[in-house]
Amino acid sequence: MTMMARAGLALLGAVMALPASADTIFVSNEKSNTISVVDGDKLTVISTIKVSRRPRGITFNADMTRIYVCSGDDNRIDVVDTATLKVVDRMPSGKDPELFVLEPAGRLLYIANEDDNMVSVLDTSAKKIIGEIPVGVEPEGMGISPDGKILVNTSETTNMAHFIDTASHKVVDNVLVDSRPRVAQFTHDGRFVWVSSELGGTVSVIDAATRKVVHKISFAVQGVAKEAIQPVGIQLTRDGKRAFVALGPANRVAEIDVESREIKKYHLVGQRVWNLALSPDEKRLYTTNGVSNDMSVLDMERGKVIKSVGVGGAPWGVIVKP
Amino acid sequence: MPIWLQTPHENGAVGEDARRMVKPALHTLRFLARLLLAGAVFGASAAGAADPQVIRIGYLTREEEPRIPQTFLEPVADDEGVQGARLGIADNATTGRFLGQSFELVETVVPADGRVEDAVRELAGQGIRLLVADLRADALLAAAAAPEARDMLIFNTRAPDDDLRNERCRANVLHVTPSRRMLADALAQYLAQRRWTTWMLIVGRAPEDAAYAEALRRAAKRYGAKIAEEKTWTFEDTNRRVDTGHVTIQSEIPPFTQGREHDVLVVADEADVFGEQLPYHTWSPRPVAGTHGLVPTAWSRVHEQWGATQLHSRFERQAGRWMRPRDYTAWMAMRAVGEAATRTRSNDAAALATFIKGPDFALPAFKGQGLTFREWDGQLRQPVLLAGPRTLVSVSPQPGFLHQFSELDTLGDDRPESRCRR
Repeated sequence: MTMMARAGLALLGAVMALPASADTIFVSNEKSNTISVVDGDKLTVISTIKVSRRPRGITFNADMTRIYVCSGDDNRIDVVDTATLKVVDRMPSGKDPELFVLEPAGRLLYIANEDDNMVSVLDTSAKKIIGEIPVGVEPEGMGISPDGKILVNTSETTNMAHFIDTASHKVVDNVLVDSRPRVAQFTHDGRFVWVSSELGGTVSVIDAATRKVVHKISFAVQGVAKEAIQPVGIQLTRDGKRAFVALGPANRVAEIDVESREIKKYHLVGQRVWNLALSPDEKRLYTTNGVSNDMSVLDMERGKVIKSVGVGGAPWGVIVKP
Repeated sequence: MPIWLQTPHENGAVGEDARRMVKPALHTLRFLARLLLAGAVFGASAAGAADPQVIRIGYLTREEEPRIPQTFLEPVADDEGVQGARLGIADNATTGRFLGQSFELVETVVPADGRVEDAVRELAGQGIRLLVADLRADALLAAAAAPEARDMLIFNTRAPDDDLRNERCRANVLHVTPSRRMLADALAQYLAQRRWTTWMLIVGRAPEDAAYAEALRRAAKRYGAKIAEEKTWTFEDTNRRVDTGHVTIQSEIPPFTQGREHDVLVVADEADVFGEQLPYHTWSPRPVAGTHGLVPTAWSRVHEQWGATQLHSRFERQAGRWMRPRDYTAWMAMRAVGEAATRTRSNDAAALATFIKGPDFALPAFKGQGLTFREWDGQLRQPVLLAGPRTLVSVSPQPGFLHQFSELDTLGDDRPESRCRR
């Protein structure tokens, strides 16, 4: 066995031997076609996984043994084994997949086909597309209710959140939001959907039952031009009290008190912050910074950014495994 | 004299057979974006599907010889502009189907010797109050001055002339296409950022070349560049297909570009007669920028940032060629109306026009920020691409060129400079 291979195995051993409390963070790098694997204890990159071209959307399967990765330029989903950190399978996705969401039951993956005005429904067991749902122009964000009954897709050029019944795969309602909606995120209690509008500069809070925008959150950062405030990624704490919104080229993450809907703080992170992930214990928030090619680590207890970790080129999506 | 009429079509590219000759007269054609059927599919909330709002938009252009590019790499297209309008109406319709709105594009081609005022009257007679004008400056002004145009909002998607935004501005015209000054400023900012601040300027003989050169001189002054030497292109115009044509070019251009020391050769050749030949033929090894080489432009195939990939992809599926700046500006004009209709839920032209000019309007157009119209001259604020022949080089405004209100207002005529009195 060569030194390299031995070193590789040792590294792999180290990954698997991490203490249970340590997070492992996976970041998709849109430009370098890789997934950076970051050790949550040391906050260093411990592995880089080569995947298909233009990886953006990234999510775990139900038991976190696999990662699904949208490969926009190769029109497929890569399946990465979280133990061996290798691409072990590929699944069809429809054209130009950007973001997706796994149903809570863990079998169906709903995929936004940005170039095709469709949401594709992938059966991850059969590895087959079993349905297509026509939506607006440039589908992007995907959110699903905790009970799995309602899927929300946003379309960037149509400027809507489309509510889709997962039983019939039919659009049941369309809610107009501000320009270029990106991410759709259900609250943990399933009562509201938060939708970020990148060019509108707002987050719309939609009542999932009445499907009306009940509140719109605007942002203002001193010294930052209004045009540079471009909300994308959204994360909500499980207790429903705190929300975090990535503001793109404003290089800030807004922290929002959900009840009062007041913005508590703007955390300075790296350049062009796209997406966010809370650690499973909610002690940290990780951000992908697309222009500065790094990941900021926000300590939730201290309320400040404690480190930035260099990852691959144009980091986009981020997920965390305990 | 016969006129060309471009017929609408389903799904496919516009081919030769998709065009037909019709009898000499002013003709219009309707293109009802066909996505109404979808209403039934999209659930109960496709509100008012029984009684849809119709938003009608006119598209006015004039018959002319197609532009023959110097390069063989670019196709000769006689549907520049209108293809963008068709894509815009289709994009509007996709959103409209969810809101019970449908969009209708009325395409009109005026004969080369015809009067645009007649076309405006006819369009007004059909109830058109929102008009996309793919016209040169004089024709645009004639259209805007027609009595029937008083209640219209006209989108200038073609004429870059600076006087249209200043001394000759009109209250009923919005300029979607960037002005020459905006393009020149965008280039000058980038050259300043590179510290290539000594220019040699080569100007063609067409009037539009002189106008482009004037914008470059102004930009040089604004951004601290010096024009070390200026020359007018005096060689005979040549056919782009000449056997051993390169031999002549190779002997003409090097001595012609000899002169005072400069960092960059800046060219004003909107007519596209010689600019393409300058790179690699210059006396000194200097980059070429302006109408050729590094080009400031509203749109280019090399641009795929901010989701532009999707727009290219939709356009190429529809038109069978790359999207050109004239297509892009027509698309933006259509989308401006679409955006207004979506936000106001109205099909009243006056309400739409008010919204478009108002503070709540912002057009997403694949430039990384919402675009708005300047209230002092009706010009659309927009980032300007700096396109190389094969890749995107940069996007202006450049970092560091600050402005108290919007950095986009560092490009073109800012409020205090404007001579527009509407």
